[in-house]
Amino acid sequence: MDALFLSFRLALCVSAILLVIGMPVAYWLAFSSWRGKFLLESIVALPLVLPPTVLGFYALVAMGPRGPLGKLWIALFGHGLAFTFAGLVLASVLYSFPFAVQPLIASFEGVDRKLLDASAVLGAGRLRTFRRVILPLALPGVVTALVLSFAHTLGEFGVVLMVGGNLAGVTRTVSIDIYDHVQSLEYGQANHMALVLLLISFAVLSVVSAVNRRVWMPWAAK
Amino acid sequence: MGGEVKPAMLAARIRKERRNAGPSSFVLDVSIEVSPGITILFGPSGAGKSTLLDCLAGLAQPDAGRIAVGGDLLFDSSGAIDIPARKRRIAYVFQTLALFPHLSVEENVQYGLSDLREENRRGRVEEILATFRVENLRKQKPGEISGGERQRIALARSLVTEPRVLLLDEPLTGLDAELKAAIVDDLRAWNAAKRIPILYVTHSREEVDALGERVIAVENGLVVSCGSPMDVLDAPRRKRLAQASGFENLLGGDVLELREADGVMRVRLEESACEIEVPLGYAAAGDRVNVAIRAGDILLATERPHGLSARNLIEGLIISLEPRGTMVMARVECGVVFLAHVTPGAVRTLELTAGRKVWLVLKTHSCHLVE
Repeated sequence: MDALFLSFRLALCVSAILLVIGMPVAYWLAFSSWRGKFLLESIVALPLVLPPTVLGFYALVAMGPRGPLGKLWIALFGHGLAFTFAGLVLASVLYSFPFAVQPLIASFEGVDRKLLDASAVLGAGRLRTFRRVILPLALPGVVTALVLSFAHTLGEFGVVLMVGGNLAGVTRTVSIDIYDHVQSLEYGQANHMALVLLLISFAVLSVVSAVNRRVWMPWAAK
Repeated sequence: MGGEVKPAMLAARIRKERRNAGPSSFVLDVSIEVSPGITILFGPSGAGKSTLLDCLAGLAQPDAGRIAVGGDLLFDSSGAIDIPARKRRIAYVFQTLALFPHLSVEENVQYGLSDLREENRRGRVEEILATFRVENLRKQKPGEISGGERQRIALARSLVTEPRVLLLDEPLTGLDAELKAAIVDDLRAWNAAKRIPILYVTHSREEVDALGERVIAVENGLVVSCGSPMDVLDAPRRKRLAQASGFENLLGGDVLELREADGVMRVRLEESACEIEVPLGYAAAGDRVNVAIRAGDILLATERPHGLSARNLIEGLIISLEPRGTMVMARVECGVVFLAHVTPGAVRTLELTAGRKVWLVLKTHSCHLVE
């Protein structure tokens, strides 16, 4: 159960961080009129198509004692970043980035621009418009972003293996644990874990669908 | 916000190019003054009315120009002044109304009052809800109320902030005339006290007749006419507006002479021998002008009439007579071709037929100069 607990902790950290940094990025991508923003859009989507091992490999290199991130981390905290929980969080944030940002972009873009204009002529600044108009109307997107990044982090394997290795209680997540069990022919335990993950994934996706179909929207317009 | 609002005029000079995806680009280039009271901004769809409002409100940036309310400069391209929309205190009611769907009526109306203290806010909201007769809808969401009610809420939400100017972009489309009139009455009542300039956009002639104290007609990004509804709709200065308002005869001509004492000038039509007298316009002898005449304003006589006050008597031959509903459209060749409306009864009693010689009778003031 250690592994499951660790995975949950990781997924919670990652989805919380992603929500915080994903909002401004998504806001900018949704509302900026800069012509070059397709470049940033591609970068954001990159983890979707990149093999996790490739992403994990570069993350590992950057976090290593000779990599820029690794050096910075050693200077700040006196120890390396690779094969630590923090390193795992960082790599997972990169890996799940599109799963948080893309639903946010879609939901921000779905807000009627006239409402933003109306807010502006009524004297509201950007922050107030975001808080009072965009955020409440984009709430399904926010929930989707949160839930998808949580679920995606919970199930990741390649990146964790590259960056985190397999340290019990530190970096051994559920998917690594399942892999371990299978390697040691402990199919019973593997199945146990796999089933838990399967059920969680199903539950999570049901939440996303329900929110997006407005089954739970408190202000559903008639 | 707050403080007493003195009635102030809105004065704007705006130039803005809209680059479309296609080859056509559109240039808005207008200069307008809107004094307190309702001014109609009239013109066909695509004339640039909404772009103009967006520029005034600060939602779009003009390429060049100057916008001021009273003594306050809101935009000046030469002085690099561009006050953001949220600080202009110009209220704007959109065609779609743009009520916040997730907020109640009360929360919508309060939205622009966040700077006020709770107790002041209450009072203002109560007052405006009463003015627009929507006190009973307080807790409803915009999705739960009728179209006319939504329009009232949108007005209330804009006006509760005590703006210096109100912009209305076809806010009452889709309402029946009675409901429209009721809302406009409430708006007028509100403005009787506040006296702010209200710019009301419409493409409907009926609304112009019903609402307008003053009208500014816009077409293709240019102001083509302004004045009272009568002036603008009955003496259009541009051809398309003329055609839209039912002037069947649009004739080019050269000014021969001005008779300023009589307030008239003589114009020779389309390089023919046909000369008519028209009201004095901004023209000099030798200038090219366009004259618009309604087919219904032309009289037909089968003999040369005597003792008439009408100054224009033109001899011609009927080319054809075509029934048009309850009217007959006569085409008369006089060097230029005139279209004149006659009744089927007149056709019978005067025995009008193609080839018949007739005299056209035209009052000077039935001839309208168009630019």
